Amino acid sequence: MTVSASEIPAAAGIISVSNLVKQFGRFAALRGVTAEFDSGEFYAVLGDNGAGKTTLLRALAGLADPSSGTVSILGQNPRQACREIGYMAHPSLLYDEMSGMENLRYFARLYDILGDERCQHVIRSVGLDPGLARPVGKYSQGMRQRMSLARAILHDPKILLLDEPFSNVDVHSAGEMVGLLKTMRDGGKTIFVVTHQAALLEGVADEFVWMQAGHIVDRTRRLTADHSEAGKQ
Amino acid sequence: MSSLSSITLATLTKDIRLEWRSKDAINSMLFFSLLVVVIFSFSFDPNAEESRQIVGGLIWVAFLFAAVVALNQTWARELRNQVLDAYRVSPAPANALFMAKVLGNFILVSLLESLMAPLFMIFYNLRALGPAWQLIPVAMLGTWALVVNGTFFAAMSLRTRSREIMLPLLLFPISIPAVQSMVEATRIILSGDGAARFWIVLLLTYDVVFTTACLALFETVLQAE
Repeated sequence: MTVSASEIPAAAGIISVSNLVKQFGRFAALRGVTAEFDSGEFYAVLGDNGAGKTTLLRALAGLADPSSGTVSILGQNPRQACREIGYMAHPSLLYDEMSGMENLRYFARLYDILGDERCQHVIRSVGLDPGLARPVGKYSQGMRQRMSLARAILHDPKILLLDEPFSNVDVHSAGEMVGLLKTMRDGGKTIFVVTHQAALLEGVADEFVWMQAGHIVDRTRRLTADHSEAGKQ
Repeated sequence: MSSLSSITLATLTKDIRLEWRSKDAINSMLFFSLLVVVIFSFSFDPNAEESRQIVGGLIWVAFLFAAVVALNQTWARELRNQVLDAYRVSPAPANALFMAKVLGNFILVSLLESLMAPLFMIFYNLRALGPAWQLIPVAMLGTWALVVNGTFFAAMSLRTRSREIMLPLLLFPISIPAVQSMVEATRIILSGDGAARFWIVLLLTYDVVFTTACLALFETVLQAE
């Protein structure tokens, strides 16, 4: 099933993007993106390299100021709504020289979270051991990605923005991460995953958002064979 | 404890832990300062009176160059794995990060000074003829002047391609009044040639003005792309 963006009903969106343009010098990474995203949905953001996926995610996280247009999250700008946003980037956003627990303990302080219980809980929830003393720099790529996810969900945000969470992760670990994200979505969180591994999210994502050349060109309920072609029309 | 002070403390503790484990900055600073002391003592071989006149300049230039090493390192570790973005998306105040970095650099440079000062005394055969205790406020205010501006300009040059070159280019010209105050105050105290009060007050004023300006502008620098 392929439907155009305009055919998807615009319910009261938790995230609203209007005419969003982001330019880097003369290059426009986003060229007038307008979209509404609903609460409690799982969105997979797809597209070729340079399509604007990461820039869109960074704009939603408040890390990239729009050149023009607006981003509204729960009726606020992204920086005002930062307590409701969990962001996981392609790099780990962790200090390599510190253990996972030391990292999370530090980031917990940034959100006024006291005590170790929450840190231990999120580390366990991503399938890692909070007692692991090894520095993050010596983790395997899969472990680092999980710890990075633990950092993103540490403050129990309503919205999760995840950039390439499955890159360099083996199929088994990626499957486990998808299962964890599905549980979070079922718990009411709104999840955005930028990925090139769309097949992993088939049957899990509620909507596939297809981007090309700085535009959202298609939004589909299912991943279909003609999906990539639909984006080019 | 308020959010600002508790996050400042948490960030400072984290930075000290990272420096303790890597020793990136302190080793480079110590090595550089030691080279300056030894090379200049062999090059000039001054007598005690000449030393009192020149060592103020020498010691502060050595610390200024050594501080640049620490200042570059302090932000470099925030760029690895883009960890700075994790801070930027959090509700933590920008000034907590700035103050933690300034305090961390202040501790590092002060540690360097306390290790190197005795060596300067030995190599240059120095004994203060003026009130030696005044060297303490001069060192503290001077170090603060270097690190507060240095931390700010290091953050500004963070995203430039050649940030190691950009930092001295930005920092040194704006530090001239502070460096002159430190050098003059140190020279006066060592030689006993008058009172260093004017230069100490000038240093204090410089610190207040630039600390206020840096705190007011840091959030803009942090959120800049």
